[in-house]
Amino acid sequence: MGSVTTSHEMGLHEEQLSGRTQQMYFSATEEENFTYPWAYEVDYDKSAEFDAADMGISEINLKIRELMKSGHGSITVQNPRAKHSLGVGILNRLNLKFEGSLGYFGCGLIDGPNVHITGRVGWSCAENMMAGTVVIEKNAGSLFGAAIRGGDLVCRGQAGARVGIDQKGGTIIVGGSVGAFTGFMMQRGRMIILGDTGDNLGDSMYDGTIYVAGKIASLGVDCVETELTDLDRKYLQGKLDLYGMEAPNGIDSIVKLTSGKQLWNYDNLEPTEKKLVL
Amino acid sequence: MCGIAGLIWKGGVTSDIGSEMTQMLQALKHRGPDSTGFALYGKGEEGVYVLRFKVAEQEDMKTGFDIHKQVIERKAMVDTRLEEMGADVTAREDATEYAFRYHFKFGGDLKRLIDFIEDIEGVEILSVGKGLELIKDLGDAAIVAEQYGLKGFVGTHAIGHTRMATESDVDIRSAHPYWAYPFNDVSVVHNGQLTNYWTKRRDLERRGHRFMSNCDSELIAVYVADRIDQGDELESAMSRSIDELDGVFTYLVATSDQLGMAKDVMAAKPMVLYESDEFVGLASEEVAIRSIFPREIDTWDPYQGEVKVWAA
Repeated sequence: MGSVTTSHEMGLHEEQLSGRTQQMYFSATEEENFTYPWAYEVDYDKSAEFDAADMGISEINLKIRELMKSGHGSITVQNPRAKHSLGVGILNRLNLKFEGSLGYFGCGLIDGPNVHITGRVGWSCAENMMAGTVVIEKNAGSLFGAAIRGGDLVCRGQAGARVGIDQKGGTIIVGGSVGAFTGFMMQRGRMIILGDTGDNLGDSMYDGTIYVAGKIASLGVDCVETELTDLDRKYLQGKLDLYGMEAPNGIDSIVKLTSGKQLWNYDNLEPTEKKLVL
Repeated sequence: MCGIAGLIWKGGVTSDIGSEMTQMLQALKHRGPDSTGFALYGKGEEGVYVLRFKVAEQEDMKTGFDIHKQVIERKAMVDTRLEEMGADVTAREDATEYAFRYHFKFGGDLKRLIDFIEDIEGVEILSVGKGLELIKDLGDAAIVAEQYGLKGFVGTHAIGHTRMATESDVDIRSAHPYWAYPFNDVSVVHNGQLTNYWTKRRDLERRGHRFMSNCDSELIAVYVADRIDQGDELESAMSRSIDELDGVFTYLVATSDQLGMAKDVMAAKPMVLYESDEFVGLASEEVAIRSIFPREIDTWDPYQGEVKVWAA
């Protein structure tokens, strides 16, 4: 065989990638950098605000980018007027404040910022959030915190159905009630509901923990109540204090729910398959 | 996907609901650009019915054989049949070449009159009512409102719909709102899919109800009409529909003095609600409500299986 042995030597990793790809190659000699490579250096003391009443969705999001680029670490957006997809894809440290309400998919796919929303949010707020905090003063729509992986997501009002569907990490805190199928297919992370819940709470949850202070309409498949430990109490107290919230009847009245793991059949063989193996 | 919206001014207050509903539906245009429909409830005159009907589809007007002559003939036939049944037509307006608005006085059997008129080929009655006027056509809210002159329509409540056709054709027949034939002043808009459509449709057809389209949403209008016919109140008819209709849906029903909403048990379709002492606004997205109330308002999502009814 020839002397060319590795793809690096063949020059495959240096070429300009022209197609649509999300792959990024790096040279092993470079110093490792695990943070987002294009993160902006922002200064929290440098603040800016703008009125979004007459701006389009992309215009508002680009304006936020622009301000971050010029080093603004505290940004206030006035009059968002329930427009959709605002404050999405921010992979940066930032203090972001929306003075008003957001529509659907607000603050989705974020990694790092501290967001404060004085109004309400629509469906799928903070979907797939990786890190940071989002605090909402009023109500939230359905699919609140769908598939979040980290950070704290707080709603002081009530939220709609399917809160924390497919949650994979982080903490969701709701001050009021939540709708049906909350915690559906939850996989990891914690959820604290201070109000009542709808039907099928924690349906088909794989793992993770749900804490409920109010009434539970009904539990979903494989969601079971377990004992509240001192560690849980400490955690709850700490989290709630952090956001100035409290359980209506005290921490001890909170019910802890986890997966019964009766649906964990990943390695089990179907009866027909068993016959084949044996 | 579809977008639905509803509004009601409480305590008999009237407003320019034509413009308000146009703004709300225009804000929801991205949820469905195929067709737009309005059900507007005005004050109406004592003893006078408003009849909205069409004699052809918009598509027919482009391609139909000798359609312009046929349209005139069909309209003349409607006039003849109205006269034959003893209806006293007091006003005639044409919104387009194929859609008309009549005022008439009538003391006889209204269902018989309606059936007789709809028997004419190509003629569909969109609505008959003392307050209700149902307008639907292809295009977005601004286009339809302009075409039918809805600006300045004064009334108490309204529902509307922007349609993204998923279950049936893009035509006026399959556009919302649906009128709950043959009941005056009852109309329905719906966002979602019904999965027991055919079972329920066959059941209702056996009991003598008419279906004009293959659109699953029409079933809700007919279902509600059937329940009202059997003596149910609007609210109990709607509560019952939550159990009997299968699928994902959020729908709004309006009668001469009421507006109701119902959401399925999965809460799969969106609805945002704003309620104050004088006004109730509902829409698939908050942007629609904000288009008429730009200031900060408190809104929330109604929960699964919820039924609410408000009076004008």
